[in-house]
Amino acid sequence: MSETFKKDAITLNEESLGVIDSKKTAESLSARALKRSGGQIRMEGFFKKMLILMGLIMVILVFGILITLIVESMPSIKVLGMRYLWGRTWDPVQDIYGAFPFLLGTLLTSFLALIISIPFSISVAIFLGEYFPKGWFSSFLKNTVELIAAVPSVIYGFWGLAVLVPIVRTFQSKIGVPPLGVGIFTASLILAVMIIPYAASLGRSVIQMVPSSLKEGAYALGATRWEVIRSVIIPYTKSGLFAGILLSLGRALGETMAVTMVIGNTSHLPTSIFSPGNTMASVIANEFTEADNPIYLSALIELGLVLFLVTTVVNMIGKKVIGRFTNE
Amino acid sequence: MENTVIKSKNFNAYFGDNHVVKNVNIEIPKNHVIAVMGPSGCGKTTYLRCINRMHELIPGATSNGEMDLNGENVYDMHPIFVRLKIGMVFQRPNPFPNLSIHDNVIAGYKLNGIKLHKDDRERIVEHSLKRVALWNEVKDSLTKKGSFLSGGQQQRLCIARAVAMEPEVLLFDEPTSALDPISTSTVEELFHELKTNYTLIIVTHNMQQAARVSDRTAFFYMGELVEYDDTKQMFTNPKDSRTQNYITGRFS
Repeated sequence: MSETFKKDAITLNEESLGVIDSKKTAESLSARALKRSGGQIRMEGFFKKMLILMGLIMVILVFGILITLIVESMPSIKVLGMRYLWGRTWDPVQDIYGAFPFLLGTLLTSFLALIISIPFSISVAIFLGEYFPKGWFSSFLKNTVELIAAVPSVIYGFWGLAVLVPIVRTFQSKIGVPPLGVGIFTASLILAVMIIPYAASLGRSVIQMVPSSLKEGAYALGATRWEVIRSVIIPYTKSGLFAGILLSLGRALGETMAVTMVIGNTSHLPTSIFSPGNTMASVIANEFTEADNPIYLSALIELGLVLFLVTTVVNMIGKKVIGRFTNE
Repeated sequence: MENTVIKSKNFNAYFGDNHVVKNVNIEIPKNHVIAVMGPSGCGKTTYLRCINRMHELIPGATSNGEMDLNGENVYDMHPIFVRLKIGMVFQRPNPFPNLSIHDNVIAGYKLNGIKLHKDDRERIVEHSLKRVALWNEVKDSLTKKGSFLSGGQQQRLCIARAVAMEPEVLLFDEPTSALDPISTSTVEELFHELKTNYTLIIVTHNMQQAARVSDRTAFFYMGELVEYDDTKQMFTNPKDSRTQNYITGRFS
């Protein structure tokens, strides 16, 4: 065995020789760097300017959209004022525009979808992040869940009409509510499926980032896997999990096509989660081409403005909550 | 040997096909400090993690042979029970960042869902923190998060967390390698006090530390247990040439 040590010693010597060699290379490199043309240095400045320009364009775009929405909805804001937000009747024929049913429809479908999707997305996140981070089934499940996000929403609309609506109709006739099939509840189910990947994939990556030293610390104290998940992983990742849920809420608030196909499209105030309704995004998509007078058009654009503000507020609240979680 | 706590017989450990601990036979006496030393990659940490069955948590990691705790093979027991009997302290202090100092000490009870009476809880926290000489430093800030403490204090908190479960054996995986010299000597002093109640097995790549703190030393090289003897004997008169090469610094 002592021969191995001699071998080790020889390798060490070779390595120390290698160090000297690399010093020589470093010298010749720095000499070459000095000889470098000024062109590369000018390129550096150009690159920086490009980055700043691209960043500025993004900011201008977002504010441009907001300003357009405000300017275009000015006529409706001036004529209708606050009645617009709390008005319960939307009747373009009579020129009455009350957006409250749609505001309620948007919030109702989104939060219902969120509640339905959370158990699934968190389970998938824990499964992929902690239980089976590797292996064929894990990557199959991961890709499948990510595919959910890639499917165009009109396909969910079709699927909802063909499969979900009949099921909900049967369910509704069993529990004794008008068996319409379409409505807030059906839209929420579709939305729940569509938003799972957002919370699931963000959740998976934060769960994978939990330091193994913490998990091992808990295992070494005799914790079971479930106890490690409950007492170490979830407390450690709660802000990330929350961020994922918020991301999916943002997605649900703005989803248009799939919702409009199954929600029933009525302007009446929904009376229960089974009644048909409409969301802001869906109303805009449905009625924009029919808007034949300036106030109607402006009222629809104001709907867009409200949607913009609602998503912004939800995002801001979310950032606050995440900040509070992280500061703890 | 009388009063043997841990006894390995023909013990092997693997990562996949990689044979990292080779046929280790060792007997560890009660209330002693045992240092396990050797160069990087010699299997010392893997061996340590086999004692409380932490090794098997890594995918692809396997082991065979006998590992007895008080004459009973730990691989015939439930791993949870083994880890309650054999506590562990890691290389980097890892207090739970979401728990207070107080809750970190009783984290083992909380994790295992054991409800403690308030008096018992306070007694365990105080006793365990006194055990690791941390009580006077933190008694006024028990509700603060454990991550506010310095590295050395955090490591002592982790030792308190292990001590609170009243195990028989405490395993230390290079417990001072992430600490400054002063914190290191505080932790080393603790070893002497802790051995009156527990058996301590300390993995270290620091020979001076092994010489300072341990009663017996095991030297691992390339997965084999090369030599296992009284620390004084090992450092003054090693039997194996590899041990001699290692302690004279011919390789590290």
